[in-house]
Amino acid sequence: MGFEVLLKGTNMHRLLDGLWVALRISLISVTISIVLGVILGSLMTLKNPVIKVVSKIYLEFIRIMPQMVLLFVVYFGSTKALGLSITAESASIIVFSLWGTAEMSDLVRGALRSIPTIQYESSYSLGLNTAQTYLYIIIPQIIRRMLPLSINLITRMIKTTSLIMMIGIVEVLKVGQQIIEANRKSAPNAAFGIYATIFLLYFLVCWPISLLSKYLEKRWEN
Amino acid sequence: MNTDIIVSYFPRYVDAFWLTVRIGAIGVGLAFVIGLVVAFLIHFKIPVLAQLAAVYVEFFRNTPLLVQLFFIYFGLPKLGFMVPAETCGALGLGLLGGSYMAEGFRSGLGAVSKSQSEGALALGMTRGQMFFHVIFPEAFALSVPAIVANVIFLLKETSVFSAISLMDLMFTAKDLIGLYYNTTEAFALLIFFYIIMLLPVSIVGGIVEKKVRYKMFGAQ
Repeated sequence: MGFEVLLKGTNMHRLLDGLWVALRISLISVTISIVLGVILGSLMTLKNPVIKVVSKIYLEFIRIMPQMVLLFVVYFGSTKALGLSITAESASIIVFSLWGTAEMSDLVRGALRSIPTIQYESSYSLGLNTAQTYLYIIIPQIIRRMLPLSINLITRMIKTTSLIMMIGIVEVLKVGQQIIEANRKSAPNAAFGIYATIFLLYFLVCWPISLLSKYLEKRWEN
Repeated sequence: MNTDIIVSYFPRYVDAFWLTVRIGAIGVGLAFVIGLVVAFLIHFKIPVLAQLAAVYVEFFRNTPLLVQLFFIYFGLPKLGFMVPAETCGALGLGLLGGSYMAEGFRSGLGAVSKSQSEGALALGMTRGQMFFHVIFPEAFALSVPAIVANVIFLLKETSVFSAISLMDLMFTAKDLIGLYYNTTEAFALLIFFYIIMLLPVSIVGGIVEKKVRYKMFGAQ
């Protein structure tokens, strides 16, 4: 079945190293996305027509453009069009942050909109000032609504970073291919075992995070 | 940007566009059917099948399409299941989408309030009538936003097909860049065709979402 190849030499270790490459890029991108997404999402609730139009175009473009296309355009296109030479890793962080920021800002805007005006009014009438209202009333509620969704964004980011293989980053799928190639003679069926293992590895990484997100969502439902 | 190059590339992109749309449409259709069946199995707690369906949903929601396609396209033939690239693409998309659609339908079914089914039974409907005339239409309306988001997500995911050497839009762009190195023109056409494919879906999806909103009164 091809699973025995994994036990040879450092094959399993190399596969896990490859997985870490993808995970590191997704964690960096998620962090950037959350920070920029909160800023952009808050800006979008302002009634500024320029911000409204620009953010709408940005969000819609990211919504309909495959991440793979963005990845290729940024990595290969920027070299030709702008004369920049960026590494594959920075290109992928730029693309996934662009995508993550769009997703995150939409979530932040939705959460901010979902707080009824009565919450603001009541806290003002209780004598709280604007800073206190946000700190004690609004932000805690927003965090409860946002946190499960942001955790969900992490799993989506991890799944999306599997694409970095296509621009030549040696991550788990690429390592898998290399192992299969290297053992073509001794283990002709390695493809099944290796790809099944990678399938399982991704599942083992993403599943607990999804469960956490679901648990928090249920717990904080009201 | 050179217009001659764009004109000469155009027919190849049109071919790739139709291939992408065809496999995308088959995959989305498949996802729809799988999603409905799986959502019913889980919602009505059919023994054994419901558990299997839940395992399927968790597995396919928590792994990337690229990994699923590699497994189906390169892994399964080693066990004797040869899958041609086009079938593999549609099947992979259908399986991935099925798990997302199932979640959408299931939460729609769960959100229909109990008073709706009680009301239907009180009016003398049978369980079958209650389900097909009351519960399902409302649940479906409730899942529309999720369905629209999933359709867009799935059509975007078709860009991964180039990895199993299907001649889709992404593959064509990569191929042309590799041959002639006209990066700007090839990417401009690539973006243009994805906009042509997905902007209408996004706009129509938005309209449909607004149209079904009035049906959501039955939600909790």
